[in-house]
Amino acid sequence: MFYRCAAFILLLLSAPLGGPAGAAAPPDTVVMGKGIDDIVSLDPAEVYEVSGAEVVGNIYDRLVEGDPRDSTQIRAGLATSWSVDASGRVFTFRLRRDARFATGAPVTAGDAAFSLQRAVALDKAPALVLRQLGLTRDNVAGRVRAADEGTLVIETSRVLAPSLVYFCLTAPVASIVERGEALAHEQAGDLGNGWLAGHSAGSGPYRLRLWRPAERYVLDANPDYWGGAPANRHVFVRHIKEAATQRLMLLRGDIDYARDLDKDQLDAIAGNPAIRFDRGVQSLVTYLALNQRNPHLRRPEVIAAIKHLIDYDGIAHAILGGTRIVHEAFEPQGYLGAIDDLPFRYDPARAKALLASAGLAEGFAVTIDVRNASPWTEVAQALQSGFAEAGIMLTIVPGDGKQVLTKYRARHHDIFLGEWGTDYPDPHSNAEAFALNEDNSDAAQKKTPAWRNAWSDPAMNAQVAAAMAERDVERRAALYRALQRAHQQAAPFAFMFQLVETAAHPATADGFLIGAGPAENRYAGIAKR
Amino acid sequence: MPASPSVERGAATALRLAVSVLLTLFGLLLATFLIARVVPIDPVLAVVGDRASAETYQRVRIELGLDQPLYVQFWRYVVLVLHGDFGRSVLTRNPVVEDIARFLPATVELATAATLIGVALGIPAGVVAAARQGRWADHAIRLVGLVGYSVPVFWLGLMALLLFYAGLGWAAGPGRLDIFYEDTVAPVTGLILVDSAIAGDWAVLRSALAHLVLPAGVLGYFSLAYISRMTRSFMLEQLGQEYIVTARAKGLSERRVLWRHALGNILVPLVTVVALSYASLLEGSVLTETVFAWPGIGSYITGSLLNIDMNAVLGGTLVVGALFIALNLLSDLLYRWLDPRTR
Repeated sequence: MFYRCAAFILLLLSAPLGGPAGAAAPPDTVVMGKGIDDIVSLDPAEVYEVSGAEVVGNIYDRLVEGDPRDSTQIRAGLATSWSVDASGRVFTFRLRRDARFATGAPVTAGDAAFSLQRAVALDKAPALVLRQLGLTRDNVAGRVRAADEGTLVIETSRVLAPSLVYFCLTAPVASIVERGEALAHEQAGDLGNGWLAGHSAGSGPYRLRLWRPAERYVLDANPDYWGGAPANRHVFVRHIKEAATQRLMLLRGDIDYARDLDKDQLDAIAGNPAIRFDRGVQSLVTYLALNQRNPHLRRPEVIAAIKHLIDYDGIAHAILGGTRIVHEAFEPQGYLGAIDDLPFRYDPARAKALLASAGLAEGFAVTIDVRNASPWTEVAQALQSGFAEAGIMLTIVPGDGKQVLTKYRARHHDIFLGEWGTDYPDPHSNAEAFALNEDNSDAAQKKTPAWRNAWSDPAMNAQVAAAMAERDVERRAALYRALQRAHQQAAPFAFMFQLVETAAHPATADGFLIGAGPAENRYAGIAKR
Repeated sequence: MPASPSVERGAATALRLAVSVLLTLFGLLLATFLIARVVPIDPVLAVVGDRASAETYQRVRIELGLDQPLYVQFWRYVVLVLHGDFGRSVLTRNPVVEDIARFLPATVELATAATLIGVALGIPAGVVAAARQGRWADHAIRLVGLVGYSVPVFWLGLMALLLFYAGLGWAAGPGRLDIFYEDTVAPVTGLILVDSAIAGDWAVLRSALAHLVLPAGVLGYFSLAYISRMTRSFMLEQLGQEYIVTARAKGLSERRVLWRHALGNILVPLVTVVALSYASLLEGSVLTETVFAWPGIGSYITGSLLNIDMNAVLGGTLVVGALFIALNLLSDLLYRWLDPRTR
């Protein structure tokens, strides 16, 4: 005891003077710094947050996956082939025979049917993706079924574009869970939800070793993964919220990947020869929404004028740096039917003329609700300055993220500055959000951004429905292109930017794949030299 | 046999104290509950996200009891708390008690180390500044205190990281431990310094100490600034008293006058200052916790509040409030020990 106390006191005195007690990461272990306090669960049936989707993407497989090289294409996942019958409602998936869960049990069509039925039955937030297929708690047991050990059948409630069905099945909520493991840990009929929130039962390249909310998660590689063993054995992701801290830890070699660097931090290490950057355009779009309950914002000339009062390039360059690109349509770049048209440029003279034609030559006053966080307050200030050029007095109303969203959902805003990510990598996801509003009443069931801004256009509602059901991929893409061009001109939304996810890492590490969305980010290729 | 008057007085004091503590905690709970309910944030959003269907939204709203009147919601919560159940956190899915047991020790460890630094340096600095009033030592110490008061803790933390961690490599980086030591020591108290010592795992202890130095130094600097300023002020008041003049006239050494007589007489108010400083570090070190990726109770309560995770907010607030009260009681006990007149 005496020696233990003596050693304790000696260490107490010597450790701070002796410099850091470093435990360097071995070459087979990847350490990332990232803000992960948004994760509330790692059950695929419940995951609806950015960081959680990334974890689920790496520990579970789905029937089909989006192709990371071309996100308009579907590629094989656990299913090796898939088809739809002549009725357009019955989809058949044949599963690979070599896939096994982390426990060693084979992946069967029974597991796949259970996973989809379970997600619908639990009815957590992401269940809305599967409801697109017409699956409900009442019908899912009959509509999703295992024809045999290796064949899964899904019957939709109406004719849908096959690509819509397949893309919905690439979402995290459609991940395949091991039925036996989930049910072995079931409590009070929760289908294993409580246990799966912090454990994994998947067949993906990793299994979850540990998740401590707002602290870290640790993944261990699955060496027997059917797609080949990952290039590393462990991935540690530590919750580091502050971008400057991430940069310092990257430069010191305490982390291999810094995931949330902002413009200032990226600028600071841009010329560092020891640092490399992985970049990928992701599906998050930044937009302004104009509430149609405001009599000024309802006028088409005002909507057009505002779209000409945004200094898209200036904001992208000076405030957002390499973290966003200018993008003026609701479908993210890389999606089926996406367009890269940029019909609006900062043009105060034209905006003034449009306002004058609306009888508002002297301008008017209006508020903008914005998250009280960088860079959004700076973007709002830039908008304020631009709007003032045409006499529109913009008052910035900053608030916490949830506070701003609460107000937005209640339709109490004038202008809202926000971001929107797709629920699944199909164009219908954002088309439904921004162009579809069939019930504009306060009691509406769907409170999409179109509804939140009290905007409904029957012609566009019909276009969205037609595109959703179009079975020919090329014709479907053309429908979305036309829809977006009409939307750009008429809708009370000004799309401005699209996210460019950037991961900084030393030259000695490589292979992180940034997909079209967080659920498509993959760790398996990361190797350290 | 009837109890003696002194025992009766003691029992009455203890009863008054218990009632006062319970009323304070109840008031704290009620105020926090009402504040969290009147802020314009929808708690259901934290659970179901922004895009849930109206049906899902309504189901969760009922599950959370938000369809009930406020007084019913509060009463239900109080009944649960009285049964020792603080509920589950919406964000972490854990029982709030478990979360607090995980996050609070990290903050206690940090705040204690910072307070020790603040006391060890702040009190002598304040005494020296008072003794050398108007001279360069006084100016230097006041300048150090002024900087401590004026510079944002967030900025100072980043600068400390930049210089001592990234630049000179003298200190370990953010976090409580090197990541590979995480979970290698079984938690007993939750205080890694203590747990690693109990386990005899000196490598973990060394890592924990190396990680603690910088954030504790930054927070300790702010504590030092406050304590030294207050010590100086108390000392100046004492040094003008007649008993000090008498002591000097009787030929006592200056050291004895300062450190024995003057400092001895300011210990009572200093205890309050140190207790207040410690209490403020327990719940007010959110920014330092953010910069140093330190998983403490401040970040936990703040994050929960921004998501209207009510069980976590109320549980965390109650625990921090109880700590404040405990520190006040401890101050009272120390008064009695330090000042015989209060016994």
